[in-house]
Amino acid sequence: MSTDSEIRYLNPLNIEVKERKKKFCWFTKNGIKYIDYKDPDFLLRFVNEQGKILPRRITGTSLKYQKRLAKAIKRARHLALLPFTTDLLK
Amino acid sequence: MEKRYETVFILTPVLSEEQAKEAAKGFVQFLKQQKAKVLHEEVWGLRKLAYPIQKKSTGFYFLIEFSSDSPTIVKDLETAFKRDERVLRYLTVLMDKYHIEYAEKRKAKLKSSSPATASKKKRTTKKVKEEDVE
Repeated sequence: MSTDSEIRYLNPLNIEVKERKKKFCWFTKNGIKYIDYKDPDFLLRFVNEQGKILPRRITGTSLKYQKRLAKAIKRARHLALLPFTTDLLK
Repeated sequence: MEKRYETVFILTPVLSEEQAKEAAKGFVQFLKQQKAKVLHEEVWGLRKLAYPIQKKSTGFYFLIEFSSDSPTIVKDLETAFKRDERVLRYLTVLMDKYHIEYAEKRKAKLKSSSPATASKKKRTTKKVKEEDVE
């Protein structure tokens, strides 16, 4: 009897490990400290087609700037620079 | 301590451009009466709103930057906005150091984008800004 406890496969396993592109925080990288609420065209980058704020897990923004970004977007919405909801924003 | 604020407000498109500017001037005057220093004025002009407000789809946008050490200045200004039926929306923001830095850069940019008036100095900045937007 073999004492080999190793699991053996008939075919050699060949799992491809895809290397994902590392996400980064756009604001930290570009050294931007203040996010302007008066520039709707720029804020559009962090909003989905319905005008919702994109989550950090998708954009990679750091927590600090996500908070400021959210504030800027909400201010822009108040001033009717950005819509609260729409379809086909982009 | 003196604090710096920035306020953006929207006036109804029912007004003519002249009337809108007149109304905006009224608020600047109000600030000056309250002993606030008006540092910067900007006229964005008639813009489309992202969603209708009071059944209007456009509005005149104005921006005023000012500083004051009065603790009630924002309240006073906002009651003035509230009382005025011509104002659709307003937003007053306290500026932090990064915001001030950004605002200074923005002003410098606006100034340099109109080379004809760039040679003139501080005293004429207010007029320059109005011309910029047009």
